[in-house]
Amino acid sequence: MARKTELYARHEALGGRMIDFAGWILPVQYPTGPIEEHHTVRRAAGLFDIDHMAQLVVRGRDALPYLQHMVTMDVGKMVMGEAHYSLVCYEDGGIVDDIFVYRMPDRYFIAINAANAEKDTRWFQAHTAGFEVSVENVAEETYMLALQGPRAEAILQALTPANLSQMPYHRAIDSTVAGVPTLIGRTGYTGEDGFELFFPREKATLVWDRIMEAGAPHGLKPIGLAARDSLRFEAKMPLYGQEIAAHINPIQAGLGWAVAFGKGEFIGRDALLKVKLEGPKSVLVGLEMVDRGVPRHGYPVVSAGQAVGEVTTGMFAPTLGRYLALAYVPKELAALGAEVGVQIRNDVKRAKVVETPFYVPAYRRK
Amino acid sequence: MRVDKASRYTRTHEWVRLEGNEAVTGITDYAQEHLSDIVYVELPAVGEHFDKGQVYGVVESVKAASDCYMPIAGTVTAVNEALADSPSTVNEDPYGAGWFVRLTPDDPAEAEALMDADAYEQFVASSEGEH
Repeated sequence: MARKTELYARHEALGGRMIDFAGWILPVQYPTGPIEEHHTVRRAAGLFDIDHMAQLVVRGRDALPYLQHMVTMDVGKMVMGEAHYSLVCYEDGGIVDDIFVYRMPDRYFIAINAANAEKDTRWFQAHTAGFEVSVENVAEETYMLALQGPRAEAILQALTPANLSQMPYHRAIDSTVAGVPTLIGRTGYTGEDGFELFFPREKATLVWDRIMEAGAPHGLKPIGLAARDSLRFEAKMPLYGQEIAAHINPIQAGLGWAVAFGKGEFIGRDALLKVKLEGPKSVLVGLEMVDRGVPRHGYPVVSAGQAVGEVTTGMFAPTLGRYLALAYVPKELAALGAEVGVQIRNDVKRAKVVETPFYVPAYRRK
Repeated sequence: MRVDKASRYTRTHEWVRLEGNEAVTGITDYAQEHLSDIVYVELPAVGEHFDKGQVYGVVESVKAASDCYMPIAGTVTAVNEALADSPSTVNEDPYGAGWFVRLTPDDPAEAEALMDADAYEQFVASSEGEH
């Protein structure tokens, strides 16, 4: 039975079209439609109810060595108040999940995917032996909103004493928003500057309402799941179950930058080192349709009449105004400009390999 | 929901309007609203013949691809080429600039057997109630 978030009534009142996503009832779009919502986030700001996401808190004397063992990035290099993307891998190098690790003064805080929440919690808790550490799933008491877009800082600054102008991307602070104790991370899943907010569940409507009020003069709008998907897609941010999965390793997914081989042992290191040295057989590339058509998740990539790969995500990309896809292809077909076909229903339509990300995130252009 | 009084309607949310010796067809306002932002319309070649109820095209929204069914049998005489560059016209003007194909009907009387605007509105209202 899918579960409503605390903001269900707000979404209904705003005309949100509600769908079941990873066991949660969430708005896929509001009345203006996903393309307009997408542009709103790129040009002004958007507010996302992402309470389906889950969180873990790791504490204890051995929290650092434990996390070094569990995740692919070098947690030892994180400065206080840093938030960093990482992967969690199986011994064979396949991906358990992609996560964000926040190093806070009294804890490590980890944001994990909704669809993987139970699996991740079990995985982390099953590997604590030999470490003086506690792993607690705090999703039930934690609410999560994302405020994203070029106007996000100005909107949030009106509601928090934290000095946001001094807070670089991928930093976090324990502060307040609208008087509510909140972990503010300058992070997101859109390719824009913005914030992810974690605060007590019972304050969900209060915080939502105050941000919506503060954002109104800035053009802030609520944003549904469809635009969340197109925004992250243009910025080449992976989605679990599509670009990444248990049978896909970070090297072939183009996420080798999130794997710190130099830090010492971690789960999956040996397998990943082998992939890195030998080179992956198939890799994630960007495709642009040469013939018109909408490539979608699961469509075969074809070369010389043979299915050689698969589209992981594809769509009409609103910012670029082009029909684009992310797809796994054999490495021989991964060079820029390489021509492949995408099978769309009964036709094979021409496509070519193009540079990614399709949209360079705003915070990387500074 | 907008309806065009001059058109007839199918239970699969296509409209068809007789114009002289030809007929023009597309998807209804209810359909475009339900699909939301339309990003691509795949249309047949001029000269192709379709039976009533046969799939002749595909309309793709942000989230899904949906088949389009021929409301009456006929031979395609023109397709709306403008939709290639501006598929959102279907959202904005489904009964006008957002038309899909023109055809020469095998039997124009087939259109008369379809729902008129009032019947279609009632059909949508009753099927909405089932959800």
